[in-house]
Amino acid sequence: MMLLLRIAATHVRNRLRQTIVSTLGVALGVGFSIAMASLMEGSQRDFVATLIEAIPHVQIRDEKRSPAEQPASLIYDAVQFNGLRPREDLRGIHNPVEALASLRDWVGGSLAQQLNGQAVLRYSGQDIGITLVGVMPRQELEVSKIGDDMREGAFEEIQTISNGLVLGDKAAERLGAELGETVTLTSANGVAKRFKIVGTFHTGVTTSDEGLAYANLKAVQILLEKPDIINSISVKLDDISQANEVAARAERQLGYKAVSWEEANEGLMEAFLVRNIIMYTVVGAILVVAGFGIFNIVSTIVHEKAKDIAILKSLGFPETDIQQIFILEGLVIGVMGAIVGCALGFGLSSYLASIKFEFTTNVEMTRLPIHFSASHYFIACVLALFSSGTAGYIPARKAARLNPVDIIRGAT
Amino acid sequence: MNTPVAEKQAASATLLEARDLTRILPAVVPVTLVEYINIKVTEAEFVAITGPSGSGKSSLLYLLGLLDRPSKGEILINAIDTQHLSSSELSRIRLEKIGFVFQFHFLLPEFTVLDNVMIPMQKLGKLPQKQQVEHATGLLTDLGLEEFLHRRPAQLSGGQRQRVAVARALANSPDLILADEPTGSLDSAATEQVFESLQKIVETQRTTVVAVTHDMDIASRMERRIHLVDGRVDYDNRQ
Ligand SMILES: Nc1ncnc2c1ncn2[C@@H]1O[C@H](COP(=O)(O)OP(=O)(O)O)[C@@H](O)[C@H]1O
Ligand SMILES: [Mg+2]
Repeated sequence: MMLLLRIAATHVRNRLRQTIVSTLGVALGVGFSIAMASLMEGSQRDFVATLIEAIPHVQIRDEKRSPAEQPASLIYDAVQFNGLRPREDLRGIHNPVEALASLRDWVGGSLAQQLNGQAVLRYSGQDIGITLVGVMPRQELEVSKIGDDMREGAFEEIQTISNGLVLGDKAAERLGAELGETVTLTSANGVAKRFKIVGTFHTGVTTSDEGLAYANLKAVQILLEKPDIINSISVKLDDISQANEVAARAERQLGYKAVSWEEANEGLMEAFLVRNIIMYTVVGAILVVAGFGIFNIVSTIVHEKAKDIAILKSLGFPETDIQQIFILEGLVIGVMGAIVGCALGFGLSSYLASIKFEFTTNVEMTRLPIHFSASHYFIACVLALFSSGTAGYIPARKAARLNPVDIIRGAT
Repeated sequence: MNTPVAEKQAASATLLEARDLTRILPAVVPVTLVEYINIKVTEAEFVAITGPSGSGKSSLLYLLGLLDRPSKGEILINAIDTQHLSSSELSRIRLEKIGFVFQFHFLLPEFTVLDNVMIPMQKLGKLPQKQQVEHATGLLTDLGLEEFLHRRPAQLSGGQRQRVAVARALANSPDLILADEPTGSLDSAATEQVFESLQKIVETQRTTVVAVTHDMDIASRMERRIHLVDGRVDYDNRQ
């Protein structure tokens, strides 16, 4: 094997310029693929990190995926009908204390219960429709990042100050309502209640900032006339990779629809997948082009070295050895290209990671999210070696089949 | 002259045997290269193959060296019928038992003289690296090439290159050396050197040498002569 490699190396060395060009071709393919993969995975991770910070990892809602009744739901879903109201009104997760307790038994993470409803907010003669979320503030702070989004006041005060309300900053601005002022909330059933603004938040999501308000769970249950009812449970997991399993198990246990963040953002995950497929297609195309370069060199060498092939065969080298010599020539170029390419890819992604972008609209400085991963290097190298090996194999097979007698006769 | 030959034949085993050896190139008009060749060559024989140009001398040598396959007939080496052996088995026999010397040197141009002689040894892998170097150096020294070990073939004269080719053919101590007009491109002094080195191999190592030559003077100095005409044996001084 060493001998075959030595012979292969002398052949490649003889065509130095062509070898360098082909090596660079492979190196570019490998380098760009690494840089691109690290940028793509970096941005994907960055995006997902922001996403999973902002949304619950698993959300359990008072909906059912299928009409089939589960034993657990029979236990927890002790619906009371009073016959006067349409049944939709009393939808919701009843017995939230039991439901939460049964989840706490095995879910690794934090849980928070919410009751959402629509209400009209009135202040100094203006009305705006808002989505009101009733929460237990300490729980909510653990599962959402609302605490980080607070502009004024403190989120916990919705519990400490009776009928405290935390409002989106855009809504407060529109109404001209200041911290400490009192507003009136009216439910769809006409129940009205006065709340005091104890804080404002800014999430950056316009619909929330213009139309979302948080209040204490108890107060919201009274306003919406849903005593002891919640309609969602948010879960923040210690290990987000468990989200799908936790959601499935919670759904089986409670009988309510439980959606993991991955399911909730299925479209996004698919988009990432498509993006990765496109990326590796481009990389594959670059490496196929590099492969043609290698094919060209090895074919030229086979042609040029026909006499050497005849000599080696007459000396007793079998066809498999001849074939290996020329496959090795392709691989030698592939390996050199892969090594240079890894260095290039590392340099390129390090460079990208170091650039700072300053956006005029934002005071923050942003860097490109680059994720360094050995698997990017591995995949790129495997692709490069596969491409160069194949590119060497085709002319190598031809070399192995050359008839030494024809060559010897031709040379004399 | 006849008596010692007869003695040797009696004492030696048959190394190489061709039976009804025929090679026809398939074509619209098939070309017969050699036909119905029947010869036996024993150990330590020095055989000249002579004949006019185009009589099939080279073709016969390629067949005997297992580089080409016969259309009919068979070749036995050490009584082993090679007819049904695979191409890699034939390669193995070439590596272990046969050495070739062609009219033109056929050395690998990128390798030094020493490397060229060592390549068959490295392929065979029987000797450790150090002994390979010693053996190759010994062979080249015997052929008067000790000064040129680290030269490239291009830096040598024709006669020197041909002696390197002889050294390479001897690398794995083969039973049989096949030489196709080894002196055909050399002047008389170089011819003499190469001829003598082949003769020495036969005498000292009991290696069989079958050499194609059209030099009648050289052929007359060899104990066994086979003359080909039109792809057939016209005369064989042992039959
Ligand atoms: N590939 C081929 N196609 C056609 N004719 C060939 C081929 N190879 C050899 N020949 C012919 O076969 C005959 C024998 O050739 P060769 O064995 O080289 O003879 P020698 O070595 O005695 O000069 C010659 O007439 C030659 O022209
Ligand atoms: Mg000839």
